[in-house]
Amino acid sequence: METAAEQIPLESFLFVSAIIFSLGVYGVLARRNAVQILMSVELMLNAVAVNFVAFAVYTDPQLFRGLIFAVFVIIVAAAEVGLALGIILRVFRNQGTANVDEVASLKW
Amino acid sequence: MTVAETLFYILAIIAIVASIGVVTVPNIVHAALFLILSLLGVAGFYILLSNEFLALVQILIYAGTVGVILLFGLMLTRGREQNLPSVPAGAQWPLAVVGSMVLMATLLTAVLDAEWPRDVGQVTLVNINTLGGALFHDWLLPFELVSVVLTVALIGAVVIAHQEEGEA
Repeated sequence: METAAEQIPLESFLFVSAIIFSLGVYGVLARRNAVQILMSVELMLNAVAVNFVAFAVYTDPQLFRGLIFAVFVIIVAAAEVGLALGIILRVFRNQGTANVDEVASLKW
Repeated sequence: MTVAETLFYILAIIAIVASIGVVTVPNIVHAALFLILSLLGVAGFYILLSNEFLALVQILIYAGTVGVILLFGLMLTRGREQNLPSVPAGAQWPLAVVGSMVLMATLLTAVLDAEWPRDVGQVTLVNINTLGGALFHDWLLPFELVSVVLTVALIGAVVIAHQEEGEA
């Protein structure tokens, strides 16, 4: 039986992941709340993971290094979210806001 | 159109529309829920790529844990005066649109231009046994390292977020 991966070309996955990545870039650049920026970073990491998995399945079926890398991307993303929210919580307690444009005490 | 293609298009539309929601909706809680939807769409991609393990990891860690942590973070960082944490985009958003559109155009042109392998016969499935064997045999050192990274990062998060005595 034909697998689903054989019916869908590799480009389709790369296409969707490029769109999601660009949306994440827009979110990081445009949004003001630190948690929203963090969510946009998650979108970008996720798009990268899709690319890794697609390349592993289509071009590297023997060693599937991309799959391993995707697992590591997910683990590091989880660590990053926990740490970043700790920092955001701290900033909120010290400055009374989580909007990055209002936290300007280091601005010269 | 085959079933797989139809599923792919449905999942792609879900993931992209939800991602647009994440970066455009002013209400942060709605954005977080859109993020969970987008991550679930990507989990569907992993299933289409015959990777049920990654799909489960995606649902458990990303859509589950990360989503819940983000919602908790929102709850803890919202001002008392406002009911819904609603933050519109900053004044720089037109520049951000231009920048990200240029990036998107570049990436999409590159994807369309490049010669990707078309030998569909080569697509083979990696089952969960093979993946686990590789992870705990060939990639054991990076695996242990990343677990140390995770532990250090989470202990660091607890230390940073810890409320000291007498702190407001």
